Amino acid sequence: MELSLATRAVGEHTVLEVGGEVDVYTAPRLRERLLELIDGGARHVVVDLGRVDFLDSTGLGVLVGALKRLRAAGGSFALVCAKEPLLKIFRITALDQVFPLFPTVDAAIGVDPAGAGA
Amino acid sequence: MATVRLSFSPAPVHVRTARLVGVAVARRAGVREDLLDEVRLAIGEACTRAVALHRQYQVAEPVLVEMSDTGAYSVRVVDRAPIEASIGLAALDADQLANESLDEDDLTTGVGFALLAGFVEDLQVRPVEEGVGTEVRMVWPVSR
Repeated sequence: MELSLATRAVGEHTVLEVGGEVDVYTAPRLRERLLELIDGGARHVVVDLGRVDFLDSTGLGVLVGALKRLRAAGGSFALVCAKEPLLKIFRITALDQVFPLFPTVDAAIGVDPAGAGA
Repeated sequence: MATVRLSFSPAPVHVRTARLVGVAVARRAGVREDLLDEVRLAIGEACTRAVALHRQYQVAEPVLVEMSDTGAYSVRVVDRAPIEASIGLAALDADQLANESLDEDDLTTGVGFALLAGFVEDLQVRPVEEGVGTEVRMVWPVSR
């Protein structure tokens, strides 16, 4: 399945819904969209991986890049992920200790933006 | 016994094809359904690594993926990059991953190896027998 990207604003958060396969071919599009959002002033970004059915190291690299960029800008970055196969990927790579991971978008945006991802 | 060989130009767009073929052959070989996600991810990581190396060293030759169900299900992903690779690369810990100085390419490489090592119990990374390049060999059990 091709990559799909949809953005919506929830209060001061920008929620990016990602669907399909995030791999070495499609990850550059995800990177571009995240950079557009951050360059456009988004500071509290939530990436919803709920409809992602494949995620590889290239996609993870893009997500870490966005996390670091937002932290440097004083912002926050959170991931929404409830699928066990994806959660296992985060555990195996130790990235579950790097990303704030939430089961739902509501849980992710319920966090005080000043403290999230710090 | 069945062998399926796929060789593809070192472009990211073809990695998905390799994953799809690899999983289709795995299913037919009798790999357990609950392992197929891991097979898909591991073949993808091995091919992504090969494509990245071919592009880095400007190697136009194709990447080879060879799948065989002799005994177990084995997959060889062969690149032709002029480096001596091994699986000796240590997994990055959380502090290293979050370190500002680690660039995205290095992070992706480290994470890719962590996924291969984490998802493939029987994994070998060794120089090819003839010429330059590296072979990533992965084996999964089958139930017939």
